[in-house]
Amino acid sequence: MPDTFFTTPPDWQWWIILYFFIGGIAGGSFFIATLLYLLGRPSDRPVVRLGYYVAFIGAVVSGLLLIVDLHRPFRFWHMLVESNTGQLMFKSWTPMSVGSWGLLLFGLFAGLAALSAAREEERVRWGPAFVVTSGFRTVVAIVGGILGFFLAGYTGVLLSVTNRPVWADSPMLGALFLISAASTAAATLILLARRRSTADTVSLGKLAEFDKWTLVVELVAIVAFLITLGAAARVFLSVWGVLLVVGVIGAGIVLPLAMGLGWVKRWTDRPVMAAGLVLMGGFLLRVVTLLSSEQVHIAGSRVITP
Amino acid sequence: MAEAMGFFTDTTVCIGCKACEVACKSWNQLPAREGGQPEMSGDSYDNTVQLSGTTWRHVKFIEQFDSPYNGRWLMMSDVCKHCVQAGCIEVCPTGAIIRTEFDTVVIQSDVCNGCRACIAGCPFGVIDMNPVSGTAQKCTLCYDRMGVGLEPACSKACPTDSIQFGPIDELRRRAQTRLEQLQSQGETRAQLYGADPDGPVGGLNSFYLLVDEPEVYGLPSQPKLPSRNLASSTVGSTIGAAVMGAVGLVTLRKRRADEVAEAERGGAPRA
Ligand code: SF4
Ligand code: SF4
Repeated sequence: MPDTFFTTPPDWQWWIILYFFIGGIAGGSFFIATLLYLLGRPSDRPVVRLGYYVAFIGAVVSGLLLIVDLHRPFRFWHMLVESNTGQLMFKSWTPMSVGSWGLLLFGLFAGLAALSAAREEERVRWGPAFVVTSGFRTVVAIVGGILGFFLAGYTGVLLSVTNRPVWADSPMLGALFLISAASTAAATLILLARRRSTADTVSLGKLAEFDKWTLVVELVAIVAFLITLGAAARVFLSVWGVLLVVGVIGAGIVLPLAMGLGWVKRWTDRPVMAAGLVLMGGFLLRVVTLLSSEQVHIAGSRVITP
Repeated sequence: MAEAMGFFTDTTVCIGCKACEVACKSWNQLPAREGGQPEMSGDSYDNTVQLSGTTWRHVKFIEQFDSPYNGRWLMMSDVCKHCVQAGCIEVCPTGAIIRTEFDTVVIQSDVCNGCRACIAGCPFGVIDMNPVSGTAQKCTLCYDRMGVGLEPACSKACPTDSIQFGPIDELRRRAQTRLEQLQSQGETRAQLYGADPDGPVGGLNSFYLLVDEPEVYGLPSQPKLPSRNLASSTVGSTIGAAVMGAVGLVTLRKRRADEVAEAERGGAPRA
């Protein structure tokens, strides 16, 4: 029995699952927007702006989800300020501490990017004029993009830096969550952009192409994750394994990938269908990863597994 | 720092009376579960089942019987190990968990915000939430009693001295003597768990004498620190980020005119 099985589950359930999902989409949307901004054409701007809006809303919702999950929510600021000394609270070796600061900074940059985008579209008229200058936009895009990558990946690292089954048994979780954040973010942007007449065919095509290759990488990462789990993979000899194989890998990665490659031609609106499946798969990935581990605990002197 | 203090628990003389559990609950004013309704686990004499935010001592009962007449009981009073390198301290993002002047580990309830990272970080499954305070709680090694020169409530109450309290160095000497005594009497399975300062997590300031493998008692054989995974997982994510960056570079870049024309002919999804 792996040593990680002799521990207690932290009860990180639905609020955290939702946070991992939404935070991933927020981080992923920002870095996709950054890449499109830096590498794309001016006609990609609508998608770039959309990415910033999604990132900002996602960051706000993420913060709220994390606060609601605390058993003493009004003490959320203890993550940032030492409550009994008033000094800054930061532990570089503790992902939850780094992540608290990371999310705060990400929210700030996503807010600036969203403000700049809203000014550009003339949705708002307030705010300093410099937010629409190209120098400002570029700095925000680069710093926010880096923070986006961080937000998308640190959640997996946070799970690994514990002593819990599955989470602490593979070094792949951070990478897997980051890649899944990219695929779910691209899927979100595809779905939202199609509803906005401003996004053009070429931008959408790029997103679909990005999502397709991300799914290929995700498939590789998930296989590597399962292999590196070793003996801890026994947790998946349960309903969670079925959900992982059928829901996450089958319906959430392989099927949309097959659609993207044109191997499946059944449905008329394939891009929408594929994006929907990717989102569902990404959500289920977090459900399976968290809840399968949550079910392992000690009772008396025995380890109980799902 | 004052002298390092701790517990040596000799499980071979535990009689399963649970006086330690009661003394701990009583001194620390910990509430009963389920409003005090009796709950039967069906697992030997163990109705406590696990350590929790309101149960800081837990007597485990292990029945090793081939037949009703041939076998033995193992009993062990479990508690926070007050690790010399503590996983809970490592992961706590608020600084609520501190190391005291007695080299013990204490959670400050007024600082904890209930994030539960420490529960996942402890290699022994010791910590859990106290639903009354809304904070993570566990044994404090009676920090309040030690401060005024009293020994912890559990070791004070233990009628067989299965739980012994004292300076770690002295406890280690006593444990070594007892180990040699048992081995010379033929109990070859006897072993110390957590007494070695060069062992896992720098040794435990609450260590044990066991007469079977640690797993039999529900203890990990090689407890580890959560931070062991920090570097590998960070490298993994960084590689993931680089790969995603590369995928973005290839797929999201400016298209050549012919590719744009191709996309517009229907090679890409409709807008
Ligand atoms: S046993 Fe767990 S709770 Fe106790 S000090 Fe060690 S890591 Fe912390
Ligand atoms: S639950 Fe409390 S003691 Fe535990 S890690 Fe969070 S803040 Fe620290």
